[in-house]
Amino acid sequence: MNIYQEELLDHYENPSNYGTLPRCTISHEEDNPLCGDQIRLDLIVEDDIITKVRFSGHGCTISIASASMLTEEIQGKSLTEVKKLSRDDILDMIGIPLGPVRIKCALLALKVLKVGAYGIKGWPGEENE
Amino acid sequence: MHKLEFRPFDIEAIRKDFPIFATTPPLAFLDNAASTQTPRPVVEAMDAYYDTYRSNIHRGIYRISEEATEQYERAREKVAQLINAPRSRQVIFTRNTTESINLVAYSWGSTNIGEGDEIVLTTMEHHSNLVPWQLLAQRTGARLRFLEITDEGLLDFTQLRDLLTEKTKLVAIGHVSNVLGTINPIQSIIEAAHAVDAKVIVDAAQSVPHFQVDVQQLDCDFLAFSGHKMCGPTGIGVLYGKSELLEEMPPFLGGGSMIRSVERDVSSYAELPAKFEAGTPSIAEAIGLGYTVDYITQANLAAIHVHEQELLKYAHQRLEQIEGITLYGPAPHQKTGVISFNMEGIHPHDVAGILDTHGVAVRAGHHCAQPLMKRLDVIATVRASFYLYNTIEDVDRLYEGLCRAQKLMTRRKIV
Repeated sequence: MNIYQEELLDHYENPSNYGTLPRCTISHEEDNPLCGDQIRLDLIVEDDIITKVRFSGHGCTISIASASMLTEEIQGKSLTEVKKLSRDDILDMIGIPLGPVRIKCALLALKVLKVGAYGIKGWPGEENE
Repeated sequence: MHKLEFRPFDIEAIRKDFPIFATTPPLAFLDNAASTQTPRPVVEAMDAYYDTYRSNIHRGIYRISEEATEQYERAREKVAQLINAPRSRQVIFTRNTTESINLVAYSWGSTNIGEGDEIVLTTMEHHSNLVPWQLLAQRTGARLRFLEITDEGLLDFTQLRDLLTEKTKLVAIGHVSNVLGTINPIQSIIEAAHAVDAKVIVDAAQSVPHFQVDVQQLDCDFLAFSGHKMCGPTGIGVLYGKSELLEEMPPFLGGGSMIRSVERDVSSYAELPAKFEAGTPSIAEAIGLGYTVDYITQANLAAIHVHEQELLKYAHQRLEQIEGITLYGPAPHQKTGVISFNMEGIHPHDVAGILDTHGVAVRAGHHCAQPLMKRLDVIATVRASFYLYNTIEDVDRLYEGLCRAQKLMTRRKIV
């Protein structure tokens, strides 16, 4: 299957929840030193529930589309529940096989979430808690 | 063993030496500035070592070990000839350019660089010719200074006079930029550096594979390059140095082979080049590098340069037709076969990803040259780089792939 299929391109073209939240509970940004992609997540959390989420930054189709999908996934869920999201969940969402380099693009947004919300450092799948 | 026969530059014959090009779907391999393909004669030479005389060098008192030693040392002679080193013992085998530069930074740097001394670099250096000097500067209190580049991607010589002072102890400069392909006029820089008694190390990773480099003509003090960017194997690189410098320098790595005699508390060290080759080296790879030198010498470095220039001029013509493309770096005649670019509104990773689906292998990213990316005011670029086996059809395939990328992506809004 091709990386440049319609669903991913649609997320890239019209990303969900793109923007920033000036007064948010959690705001965190990470970059991928390999390619310079940068993703920031802003969350408003009320009683453990993520009531609002926005992402911003720049990146390739895979980084932007996976960030867009991630924000859709976590909106309205509890932080406790979202903590369980794994590397494989993201790859399932993307739905196409990715090589070792592009996997980092796909996991960047999840990394931002894990570091920002839970202080779990490292790339998803190889964290040092 | 495979014997190399002389032949004129014949692209079809050359391509037959690289089995990877006979596979389908076709591959336009345009990432040669990162690493090149390896021809059969080189692979066969390494196979012959493994199949018929596999043994350690410099020690065994038996026939196949002597053969391995002879082949290893013959490779050193071939490399010395390639760069016109006065003596083969001035050729040190390392793992790669990076290790060669680190060897100089640790060994020469530890005894020749002190607080307040200055090391002059350029903003187009590869990280391998930048980070070792940062580490040295941090260890010693020395200061790094940078020769800037012009908007065309050429070195800005107007600054050179101010940069080079009696404080300058070393100039570390890339011969050819891995991102822009710019061929730097290093001979005049070396002269200017020597005029203030500074030494010069040349990062020749992107030059030795593509045109004749003569260390005596350049009069450089050190020169480093890698086997894997010139059709050779990975894991083998070269450091050339002037004899008087190499002889005065303390060892880099300690261990077997690099000693003359070892007491409990102190050792004396071997002569050059063994002093800098501790431990069992990459024997097959060194032998392979010797055959690589034969290969590119017989293909003819002057002919390779002309061939790359033709591809480069054609690539410039074609790519300039694409709307929204920005090419970085100077005109083709001022560079080697490297073309770095970006397409408006398309992330370099996406350009490379779409090209891959079209059978074109290019590099996208910062190319281990982040200060240069900053100077160009980009996060990353796409880079196509040519070598002797590339064809006009490869360039056409690149052009078609870029048109495809544009069609796919430019109707899209970019966040």
